Amino acid sequence: MSARLSRGGRLIDRRAPVTFRFDGKPMTGFAGDTLAASLLANDQMLVGRSFKYHRPRGIVASGAEEPNALVGLGQGPRFEPNQRVTTTETFEGLTAISQNHWPSLDYDIGAVNGYLSRFLPAGFYYKMFLWPRPFWKHVYEPFIRQSAGLGKVPQEADADRYEQAYAFADLVVAGGGIAGLTAALTAARAGKRVILLEQTAHWGGRAPVDGDEIDGMAADLWVKNAVQALEGMANVTMRLRTMVSGLYDHGYALAYERVADHTPGDGRPRHRLWRIRAGKVIAATGAIERPLSFAGNDIPGVMLAAAVRDFVVNWAVSPGDRSVVVTNNDDAYRTALALADAGLVVAAVIDARPSVTGDLPAQVRARGIRVLEGRGIAKVKGAKRVTGVAICAQQGEGAVLEEIACDVVAMSGGWSPVVHLWSHCGGKLIWDADASMFRPDAARPPTGDAGQPMAATAGAASGALQTAAVLADAHAAAGGEGLAPQATGPAEAPMLPVWIMPQGAGIALKSKMWLDYQNDVKVSDVQLAAREGYESVEHTKRYTTLGMATDQGKLSNINGLAVLSHALHQEIPATGTTTFRPPYTPISLGSIGGEARGEIFQPLRQTPMHDWHSAQGAYWEPVGQWRRPYCYKRSGETAHEAVNREVINTRSNIGLLDASTLGKILVKGADAGRFLDMLYTGVMSTLPVGKCRYGLMCNDNGFLIDDGVVVRMSEDSWLCHTTTGGADRIHAHMEDWLQCEWWDWKVHTANLTEQYAQVAIVGPKARMLLEKLGGMDVSREALPFMTYAEGTLGGFRARVFRISFSGELSYEVAVPASEGLAFWEACVAAGAEFGAMPYGTEALHVLRAEKGFIMIGDETDGTVIPQDLGLGWAISKKKADYLGKRAQERSHMADPNRWKLVGLETLDGSVLPDGALAVAEGVNANGQQRTQGRVTSTYHSPVLKKGIAMGLVLNGPGRMGEVLDFPVDDGKVVQARIVDQVFYDKDGEKQNV
Amino acid sequence: MSNAVSALAGRSYSGFSTVREAGLVGMVTLRGDLESPELAVAVLAATGCAVPAQRRRTVAGDWSVCWMSPDELLLVGPYASAPGLVDQLTAALAGQHALAVDVSDARASFRVSGPKAAEVLMKLCPVDFSALEADEVRRTRLAQIAAALWTSGPEEYSLVCFRSVASYAFGVLENAARPGSELFSG
Amino acid sequence: MLTLTCPHCGIRAEETELSPGGEAHLKRYGPGDSDEQFEAYMFARKNPKGVHFERWRHAYGCGKWFLAARCTATLEVFGTYPAQVSAPPEPIIEAIRARRPGWEAGQ
Repeated sequence: MSARLSRGGRLIDRRAPVTFRFDGKPMTGFAGDTLAASLLANDQMLVGRSFKYHRPRGIVASGAEEPNALVGLGQGPRFEPNQRVTTTETFEGLTAISQNHWPSLDYDIGAVNGYLSRFLPAGFYYKMFLWPRPFWKHVYEPFIRQSAGLGKVPQEADADRYEQAYAFADLVVAGGGIAGLTAALTAARAGKRVILLEQTAHWGGRAPVDGDEIDGMAADLWVKNAVQALEGMANVTMRLRTMVSGLYDHGYALAYERVADHTPGDGRPRHRLWRIRAGKVIAATGAIERPLSFAGNDIPGVMLAAAVRDFVVNWAVSPGDRSVVVTNNDDAYRTALALADAGLVVAAVIDARPSVTGDLPAQVRARGIRVLEGRGIAKVKGAKRVTGVAICAQQGEGAVLEEIACDVVAMSGGWSPVVHLWSHCGGKLIWDADASMFRPDAARPPTGDAGQPMAATAGAASGALQTAAVLADAHAAAGGEGLAPQATGPAEAPMLPVWIMPQGAGIALKSKMWLDYQNDVKVSDVQLAAREGYESVEHTKRYTTLGMATDQGKLSNINGLAVLSHALHQEIPATGTTTFRPPYTPISLGSIGGEARGEIFQPLRQTPMHDWHSAQGAYWEPVGQWRRPYCYKRSGETAHEAVNREVINTRSNIGLLDASTLGKILVKGADAGRFLDMLYTGVMSTLPVGKCRYGLMCNDNGFLIDDGVVVRMSEDSWLCHTTTGGADRIHAHMEDWLQCEWWDWKVHTANLTEQYAQVAIVGPKARMLLEKLGGMDVSREALPFMTYAEGTLGGFRARVFRISFSGELSYEVAVPASEGLAFWEACVAAGAEFGAMPYGTEALHVLRAEKGFIMIGDETDGTVIPQDLGLGWAISKKKADYLGKRAQERSHMADPNRWKLVGLETLDGSVLPDGALAVAEGVNANGQQRTQGRVTSTYHSPVLKKGIAMGLVLNGPGRMGEVLDFPVDDGKVVQARIVDQVFYDKDGEKQNV
Repeated sequence: MSNAVSALAGRSYSGFSTVREAGLVGMVTLRGDLESPELAVAVLAATGCAVPAQRRRTVAGDWSVCWMSPDELLLVGPYASAPGLVDQLTAALAGQHALAVDVSDARASFRVSGPKAAEVLMKLCPVDFSALEADEVRRTRLAQIAAALWTSGPEEYSLVCFRSVASYAFGVLENAARPGSELFSG
Repeated sequence: MLTLTCPHCGIRAEETELSPGGEAHLKRYGPGDSDEQFEAYMFARKNPKGVHFERWRHAYGCGKWFLAARCTATLEVFGTYPAQVSAPPEPIIEAIRARRPGWEAGQ
């Protein structure tokens, strides 16, 4: 059994016990524990079930590389699945639940999959579930969803806050072990601005556990001194619990700070994502120990050798009473020594190497521990917990030589440098045959914006595994001059590559050798994939699921590559690695979203009258980022009824529209007229001062992009109105042409959209309202249709435009935005006696559709030219050039057989669905029904009391009176007649009174 | 003008720093040739300020002048004086290729103040605040909107954005200033 | 995520402060020009693996357009310059040649 030792534990505080629950069971740990340490201290080795076969899964590792021990943490709005117990700090009140089993962790029905494992080999899903198709929905998918998968999705909205922050540094050091500390100290002493980040809650990494001396002192003390020195430097920022999750272009690094995971609900943000721009990044990210592939290597109690000594030394936790160490290298002997130091029994060290000499084995032997040379594990015995191992010759086929009882197997297959950050942005690797590892090729680093190397590795991440080499490498990586910190420690003998154990194992053993614990991938699966023709490591990954999901193969990749290479009869470097992609370990979606949640999810643009609309029950419509009132519902009204009321009232009395969102761009300069003549299809340079003209804007590809009324303000300035959604886009469009094509033209633009609040006062009694406000002559004679005047209206500084988007008598009045609300309220008050009421965007649409006015975005979709919309009258035939002119001369644009704008009137008076297609005879080359038109705008007209629509129809204007078929839902067909698109006041008399 | 109200009517929030909408502020955009002596004379006469160098800000009395782009200045001062200033500049620059226009009502202004004010902005702007000089104007991105900011006093930043997004700007600043979310201890 | 220095205001801006505008140094063709010329101007775009000239706007900054010479494979930036030119200036060409010997303008 696993238990807490009575002495030791460099990271725990025995005076601070904490209570927590695992699967509802109360347990006790100590402050400083990881949840893994706390669970083991409570003899909870079994923590979950595997993904596919539901095999019992125990804690394997002690850090970020843990593939097995994933739990659901927290409750309700703070529940989160798939959290590694090895990176979770234990705190008072923590609750965790195990995952992926039913009905319980100890007794799991899904484990039957394990017995069927020979029927569930690599690629099983691909092979079996291809056919028959309907089975997917009704049989396979429900089965897979029930039996496979990791944790459950949270059911409640997240109660926590998340944020991001930007930082800048000459150097970011990822990893706060002795390599990271050395690199940070070296760079900081040279005056560099340094950010040092460590993913765990402690500085120092592995060195204090492994026990070497640095600069003549214990590693622990050296680390303490180094941290103190760094803390005293103003040019150094240090952060614990912060993982550099990825390195991107031009020195952009993301760092994931787990601010309050261990203090939930304390008011701090839970996670913070640092967006760092670094001159250089040094990855001092260490190395990860590799498992060995022997039969039964996934049984709980089989752990990484270094993890076993971490638990003993850091947290005073004994993973078991009687351990066996199995290894191909000297480092694992440190585990035997740590166990022996803690008074625990080490039954044997099983070493695959034929002859073991070295300092560390000598120390182990001196303690009276058996060292078996040239031996391997034939099989681990046990089900939910290791009970013993069967020993064989490594060179043989697995004949059992002896059995040793034990409850822990501490395995070490060598070490793999953590090269993720180096590789994320293009750093290349080389295969180091002596150490059997891929390590960074210093000659081919990732490069930055000036082509310079933008990353380096330091210490074990470079492949330096001995303490002295780690320090020297880190010192050099940071550009250190002079002597690196010195270390003394035992000399280590070379390791021996061992990819399967024993070397000659047959299929029975290989189908029990797990490569990927999380995804249930075995040696036999990879070999099967190779036999089936999978040569690319990337394909094999997807086919077998090796190295997928949350751990991304931190333990399994190199072993998997080696097995694949062997099966393909090629060297490991020829197989290569899968691509290392960020993040290094999963980061929360909350941190990626940052502050963008709820009210501040995105900017919502508001006019000065926004709060008034809100108080009047406005039903909002998003228009770009603006919120505009769709209609103002009165009590008891539906939105449709409100729209009808607003339309009828505007046609019979007065409607007030908040038109502030309309774009207003001032264009001024000696060449402004010439510029606008290029921008608009019509002529603006000849517009007299004080007059308004409707204009169309196309891109140079000929398509209509915006429309609006242009006003000549003075001899050299024009005010261009744009659509609500178009203001920023059109301003940018203007600046693009001015800056990049006609840069010698004397033109200035200013986007004044938000300087003015604009109110449209619309309807037959509109003039009465303005006269009541008083201060300006707004008579037909003084201010005729399509003119403009400036003055004081009701005490407000006002610009009055006599323009109409409804066909009614209409004034649009602009006042400074700061006075917009007051002006609006003045209009409402002055209009009360004339029956004035506000109207929203839907009434605006109905009013304009009744008049056959087009709307950018409805009648246009980026493929429509003005000629399609019957707007030839707004296109100058005389101008030599304007944006879009050449494009509109192309044969297809000039083709008479284009879809063109017409009105559509349903025979039964109903409203056509928006976007409905008119069918034609026959089918096209793809066997689809031919079409001959589509509906672009469609409304119920409360004035005409029937459905009205506009649409683009093949040769439409030449086919007046024809009836088209529009298939709608449920096989029904609505018939509509082609008519003129002006449904109301065809002669335009009302707007001109 | 007595009816004029700023976008958020002076709303404020006190977290680990204080965020305050600064009320009505006069702002005039001046576009033209920033090298020209005529423009320099006009700006000096109108504001008392010299034309600032690239990304700099000059201050004299009630008015300050911010460099916004190679052909654009932002003149910042009392709200009520802005329309008159536009007229004055327009008259002074008649015949020049220049544009002076009142943008006071198109903007919202904020102050972020307190010893940790920079930490609020560090969460929202991709700007190295430790390298921001005392008289520097920085146009940048504030979360999802455009903004211009500068140091306006000891432990105080001023910030300007479009009026329509004032509510959003205040929201993100308030959120970033919440107690407990300080970036650095001490 | 790229960083590019805006030649107009001197800010070393990150990509989120910029908006991209496609290939630089296009010559506009209009009325009177052939279909082929117009097609090339409107649609034919280079897509080199290597040195490329691009348009960028300092959208969240000074609002000005500028041009960048950049390697699309390594993301190395050879230089940025104002948009008011019809061909890359000589110092930019020299900077490219210094880093990519043998590179020819117009490639």
